[in-house]
Amino acid sequence: MNILIAAVGGQGAVLASKVLGKLAQNIGKDVKVSEVHGMSQRGGSVVAHVKFGDKIYSPVVERGSADIVLAFELLEGARYVDYLKENGILISNTQKINPMPVIIGAVDYPEDIKQKMAEKNINTKFVDALDLAKESGNIKTVNTVLIGLLAKNSPIAKEEWVKAIKETVPERFLDVNLKAFEMGYNLN
Amino acid sequence: MSKKELLLGNFAVARGAYEAGATVATAYPGTPSTEITEYIAQYDKINSEWSTNEKVALEVAIGASIAGSRSIVSMKHVGLNVAADPFMTVTYTGVNSGLVIAVADDPSMHSSQNEQDTRYFGMAGKCPVLEPSNSQECKDYTKMAFEISEKFDTPVILRLTTRISHSQSIVSLEDRITDEEIISRPYDKNPDKYISAPANARKRRVIIEERLGKLQEFTNNPENNLINVEYNDKAIGIITSGASYQYAKEVCPNASFFKLGMVYPLPKEAITEFVNNCDKVYVIEELEPIFEKEIKSWGLYVIGKEIFPTIGELSPEIIRTCLKEAGELESKSLVTYEVQEDLPVRPPVLCPGCHHRGPFYILKKLKLNVSGDIGCYTLGGVPPLSAIDTTICMGASIGMAHGFEMAKGKEFAKKSVAVIGDSTFWHSGVTGLIDIVYNKGNSTVIVLDNSITAMTGHQENPSTGKTLKGDMAPQIDFVALGKAIGIKRVVEVDAYDLEKLEEVIKTEVNAEEPSLIITKRPCILIKGVKFEYKDLQVNSEKCNGCKLCLRIGCPAISFNNETKKAEINKSLCVGCGLCVDVCKRSAIELKEKKD
Ligand code: SF4
Ligand code: SF4
Repeated sequence: MNILIAAVGGQGAVLASKVLGKLAQNIGKDVKVSEVHGMSQRGGSVVAHVKFGDKIYSPVVERGSADIVLAFELLEGARYVDYLKENGILISNTQKINPMPVIIGAVDYPEDIKQKMAEKNINTKFVDALDLAKESGNIKTVNTVLIGLLAKNSPIAKEEWVKAIKETVPERFLDVNLKAFEMGYNLN
Repeated sequence: MSKKELLLGNFAVARGAYEAGATVATAYPGTPSTEITEYIAQYDKINSEWSTNEKVALEVAIGASIAGSRSIVSMKHVGLNVAADPFMTVTYTGVNSGLVIAVADDPSMHSSQNEQDTRYFGMAGKCPVLEPSNSQECKDYTKMAFEISEKFDTPVILRLTTRISHSQSIVSLEDRITDEEIISRPYDKNPDKYISAPANARKRRVIIEERLGKLQEFTNNPENNLINVEYNDKAIGIITSGASYQYAKEVCPNASFFKLGMVYPLPKEAITEFVNNCDKVYVIEELEPIFEKEIKSWGLYVIGKEIFPTIGELSPEIIRTCLKEAGELESKSLVTYEVQEDLPVRPPVLCPGCHHRGPFYILKKLKLNVSGDIGCYTLGGVPPLSAIDTTICMGASIGMAHGFEMAKGKEFAKKSVAVIGDSTFWHSGVTGLIDIVYNKGNSTVIVLDNSITAMTGHQENPSTGKTLKGDMAPQIDFVALGKAIGIKRVVEVDAYDLEKLEEVIKTEVNAEEPSLIITKRPCILIKGVKFEYKDLQVNSEKCNGCKLCLRIGCPAISFNNETKKAEINKSLCVGCGLCVDVCKRSAIELKEKKD
């Protein structure tokens, strides 16, 4: 299973990749997780690669080979959709975060991303994860809402996901994260 | 204990140092090497520190090795440039207890100013280099590096790359060694060995060559686990190491492989045998053609950079494409979806509320020539702030400002400033400043003091008041230092007070002597840092859409093209109030002011 997480620095992509790593290890798979640190706090585009299976060599997902691209922001989803394999699924937050070139008015935020994806017959699942995160009680649980939706679209049992979250998320944020996970999981 | 854990490569290096019985660890932070020392700091049995720079870090580790502790020093590739001086001589003196130099290269420059191949340093210093290809090997090779260091009386480089340092894979944990004789040796009082004066050094020079021969024999022997030979289909053989091994293995699962664990010196006999046993051999190595050139110099036929790139990281995709173009692989076309070619890029930016924004806004406004430095504030070079003109290496801003003056004279110096962060200043800015004073320069140097090493993810430094281990530490005082070296004009100013900042900078650049300005405000990401305002919003009646507030480049302010007014994104705004001061129409208002 190849998963690519695409996000904006500060959105919690690293935590999400940790949950996936834990999950894979718990179900007895070989697993590799790769991410680029350093600039991640500073609002840049960040990606994490998660691969698990019987034996994993390269820690990076090749373009055209991801089963799932999990996008924390719409533009980032569009940026990394080329990592999807044929019939792979893009699970994307519909939240938009303007990058600096858009903020200063040098370029526009593309408005027709969803429509273009539909035209190209890309399998997509969209969710307003920010909205659900707010509802869960903590705006920072965008990542866990998305993990919930990912779990629903994966062949791995729900209990395993919950277990991996429990083993990864710090105690004091656990309840709100489990709630956010449920909200993501119960979407269609 | 045989517990398995999913570990970051850097954490596995830390674990390896722990299991090997290391008791001293030093470093200067630098992506992608930083976490090694952060993790080591969690082991009580290892005495660890952030040193002021990599040269000092290596010197501390050399001292510790001679004094009898297994020691590890960690840095990024450019850090080894700084530490090159002690490095090139400790290879002569050798060690007492094991000395491991962990150096993380950054192919593709994810977070660096250049791309370097540390294997060249190994060659230059005639120092063995090990290169792991996953986290398990990060741990195992760190332990082996200590053993090799002691066995051959040499420092050992552990070469990492971003993908190895920052990937997690499964590692079996073992216990720390308990052999007291290994953990603590007596101090090695041996001046003939450790005073590298000509008479001694000439003798050691001979020993280095002998040592290299012995290391070659050692790595040639498969029992030493530094080479890994897998024969499958002998039509294609691949010689590789590190991350490239993992990529190549994924792309060519059926090929024969020769994987190098020690990447310098090379096991000549074993490689020769492999090349002779395969029909065609490819050398797949990231960055420079080091294996390739050496192997070709032995008169063997291998293919390397003829088809693989020298620039940037490799990947399975690149290897697949190159081999396909060379006619070696069946074409397996992967379908890729694309939404739009020219999507807006998303570069990293200064955080909302970052205190560097005020000084940069003013420097831009005053149209000064600004020599910059390495750190978060390098981000002040991108639009809309576009406030710095140069960045070369740690500490360079200060010497370069003096160079501006040497070239163009005093009047030009009055239009120029150097900007540098606190950690970078301690690293290697202070010597430049002394140079200015001594050589009667006129430069203005601005230290952006946010009291932390921020870009690499918040490490302590001499301005922080804390050590790596979290203990209280003296806070070195910029003002006292500036005065002590003879600067009369030392000014501290609040980085958020735009009016005062402008006035101070104008006065100081015009002064007929050197000035040191310190803009002080802790990094907004430090826990407990509080802000003045809460719930700021743009009053759409007052806002005339002049876009002045967009010039500070705060990610929390954007322009609504429909309403033609500025907007504040509440979930990003931290309430620093800078935009309030910038807006000439007082259109940015607060709902409520905290006391
Ligand atoms: S500076 Fe003031 S008036 Fe100008 S766009 Fe910004 S908020 Fe509106
Ligand atoms: S107060 Fe203004 S400048 Fe400061 S973070 Fe908020 S929007 Fe940005």
